[in-house]
Amino acid sequence: MSDHDNGHIQEHIKVYLTVFGALGVLTLLTVAVSYLNVSTIEAIFLALTIATVKASLVAGYFMHLITEKQTIIWLLTLTFIFFLFCMFIPMITYIDHTSLS
Amino acid sequence: MQIPYTIEERPDTGLNNSKLGIWVFLASEIMLFGGLFSAYVFLRMAAPVGDFAYWGSKLSIPMATFNTLVLISSSVTVIMSWASLKMKDFEKYKIYMGLTLLCAFIFLIVKYFEYTGKFHHGIYPSSSTFMGIYFTLTGLHMLHIIGGMIVMGYFWLPFGNKMWHSNPEQFTNRIEVAGLYWHFVDLVWIFLFPILYLL
Repeated sequence: MSDHDNGHIQEHIKVYLTVFGALGVLTLLTVAVSYLNVSTIEAIFLALTIATVKASLVAGYFMHLITEKQTIIWLLTLTFIFFLFCMFIPMITYIDHTSLS
Repeated sequence: MQIPYTIEERPDTGLNNSKLGIWVFLASEIMLFGGLFSAYVFLRMAAPVGDFAYWGSKLSIPMATFNTLVLISSSVTVIMSWASLKMKDFEKYKIYMGLTLLCAFIFLIVKYFEYTGKFHHGIYPSSSTFMGIYFTLTGLHMLHIIGGMIVMGYFWLPFGNKMWHSNPEQFTNRIEVAGLYWHFVDLVWIFLFPILYLL
């Protein structure tokens, strides 16, 4: 491996350590906001927003998705659409009420 | 039989087969956990007001926070083990992979104390809807931790890492693929932690 390649990896390592620090801080922030006196909806929104930021950091930098090939991006986009569909299935119980009376 | 495109990229996908394979597998894993997350939302919406919060308050936030930090650390060590191989430093690879396995082991020990603590207080999956989905989600996640430990343990031990000496490029790809799986396991926990322990 050339010195150039080694330098490239060293730069990556700096990014990994920065992301590690950010994930640690965000974890503590998640716990801290859970003690805030807010409504359940606001608490869910805050917790899931921080979790999504953390997940994006892991997927983007540790899993290299920000520089990954289009084939994988399309595969994951399709999966994400199905995932969202899965998440909205419970909502149908609210939309499609059948009255027994 | 020689598996094609383990190192070089396939012209049509632009990827080597192992990387495409792990991403297709991870896509199926997203749907597996997606189905269970959907079940969690469904059960929570149908539960009496405050029921999930009541049972959730019986879980230990400090233990789960510690475990979250342990898993995040293991994600860094596993990527450092891959980066070490990229820099042809096999000794550092062994250290970082060993640390990853140690983190995974610590996670399991903490989980053991969490589970036995619940059982000691007479709390089981059958105790409530929340506990049912809690044990299902964390139990499945724990199985993924054990699966990852088996694979990474194999690549750490001498009989599993001897490929480094015969085909270093393919071995590095194997570690990258195992690392992708491990990051996914971390990613799932990032969502499990707030929805089960904090909300």
